[in-house]
Amino acid sequence: MSRILALITILLACAVPARAEQLITSLSTHRVLITSNFTGAELILFGSIERDAETVSRPGGYDLVVTVLGPRQTIVTRRKDRILGIWANTDSLTFPDAPAYLAVRTNRPVEEIADAATLQRLQVGLANIALPSAPGEDAASNARSDAFRSAFLRLKVQQGHYRERANAVTFLTPTLFRATIPLPADVPIGTYEIDLKLFAAGAMVTRESNAFEIVKVGFEQFVAHVAQTHGFFYGLATAAMAMLTGWLASVAFRRD
Amino acid sequence: MQIYLPIAELPVNVFLILFMGVAVGFISGMFGIGGGFLMTPLLIFVGITPAVAVASVASHIAASSFSGAMAYWRRRALDLPLAGMLLMGGFIGTAGGVWLFALLRSAGQLGLAIGLSYVTLLGIVGVLMINESVRAIARAQRGKPADLRRPGSHAWFHGLPLKFRFKQSRIYVSLIPVWVIGFVIGFLGAIMGIGGGFLLVPALIYLLRVPTSVVIGTSMVLTLVTMAGATVMHAATNQSVDAVLALILMVGGVIGAQFGARTGQNIRAERLRLLLGLLVLSVGIRFAFDLVIRPDDLYSLQVIAGPT
Repeated sequence: MSRILALITILLACAVPARAEQLITSLSTHRVLITSNFTGAELILFGSIERDAETVSRPGGYDLVVTVLGPRQTIVTRRKDRILGIWANTDSLTFPDAPAYLAVRTNRPVEEIADAATLQRLQVGLANIALPSAPGEDAASNARSDAFRSAFLRLKVQQGHYRERANAVTFLTPTLFRATIPLPADVPIGTYEIDLKLFAAGAMVTRESNAFEIVKVGFEQFVAHVAQTHGFFYGLATAAMAMLTGWLASVAFRRD
Repeated sequence: MQIYLPIAELPVNVFLILFMGVAVGFISGMFGIGGGFLMTPLLIFVGITPAVAVASVASHIAASSFSGAMAYWRRRALDLPLAGMLLMGGFIGTAGGVWLFALLRSAGQLGLAIGLSYVTLLGIVGVLMINESVRAIARAQRGKPADLRRPGSHAWFHGLPLKFRFKQSRIYVSLIPVWVIGFVIGFLGAIMGIGGGFLLVPALIYLLRVPTSVVIGTSMVLTLVTMAGATVMHAATNQSVDAVLALILMVGGVIGAQFGARTGQNIRAERLRLLLGLLVLSVGIRFAFDLVIRPDDLYSLQVIAGPT
């Protein structure tokens, strides 16, 4: 559904004859490398709003929404209830297509940029992100799925994987901007899409996308790859390493 | 100094993990146990998922029990045939445990299962150990000699068939209880990330009446093989063994164990058992609190598919 909406929006944007502004962006890096000393990163996105002679003037200035979407995951949200005096997981709701990472960066609070209906239609801001639950699981009630949805968003924000900040986009000149994208240390590897929406006077003017990827390299990549593809031999090697460490210790600390 | 763990997928402070290894190693050397029941909760506390913690601790225990077993092997204070028979049960138990572990993880009940097993097991063993050691201390204070007799009374399982003579241990018992003990230790070890030394040692002494002199060495051989097996099986089934984390723990653990062993030799045996009993019981009570007290957040997330 969200993809169809996005497609329609793009088609509509293309259909407008007097092509308005154009966004030109550049990212500080397109490959974030996870090495053994990786403790998170911060990407910087630079861009400018290109105008030509035919572009209408925008006396109110521009607003920019940068949305960064991490790779998709299937995430189960569970709720604990008290059973026989013990807190145990009972109910759950699965979100089969949830972004692992989601950052919304804007130059001012989202709700000031456009009206609620527009924001919802364009999925701008954490509260408006489409988060479909697994088919069949949602049937019970809307109240239940809303409770899970808000708990999911709250936990992701707590983990630092979902974030929204109103002053993370800075306009250096009326048409030149800079945005920061913080990546915490425990973000999953994969491809991250950046979606930029330019607003003027409460309406979307143009849209642009960019992307970067997070990859493990060197030793981290090697270990993770072997563990995934050759689990049995990886286990044997770890067990052998344990024996070796134990043997070295018994030799090193031998008292007789 | 931060280092990124490739499987746990988060950076940790090397010195913190090393310190935890030394501290738990100290306790394990002092009491002659693996220390998994302390290490696994500590790792979960610093943010490592239970799955990775349990699996990585298995290899850490394999390392510390290997260095322990080497020391007992030099003194010939272990019973290899007995260890072998326990292992036959242990391997089946470990395989069953790893299978149930994967099942519980997908059902979202792993945390509860680990919590409940810890409370039950640590509670019972802790109370038994405290009770037994307090009596022993009281006896020693009244000036009576320690109770050294090996009672001739036979429990019901001594009448079972398939009898076998273990020469080193000077016992003649049915293989069935031996296999059952091995199975239970292997099963619990795989689910709880513990070596089971604190269960096996009393089981061998009180149930099978194995002399104390060979019990610890034999228990270490068993712990070594089941934990090495659990490492391989967890790696193959759940891909949850973090070799980098395991290595840091091992290095800390074997160093701590040496100092712990020296300290332990200066404390009288029944006092040592009382301390261990108190330790085991307090960890059990800590887990009980987590189960009974209303959690700060009723909701939790688990990634079940996609890149992690």
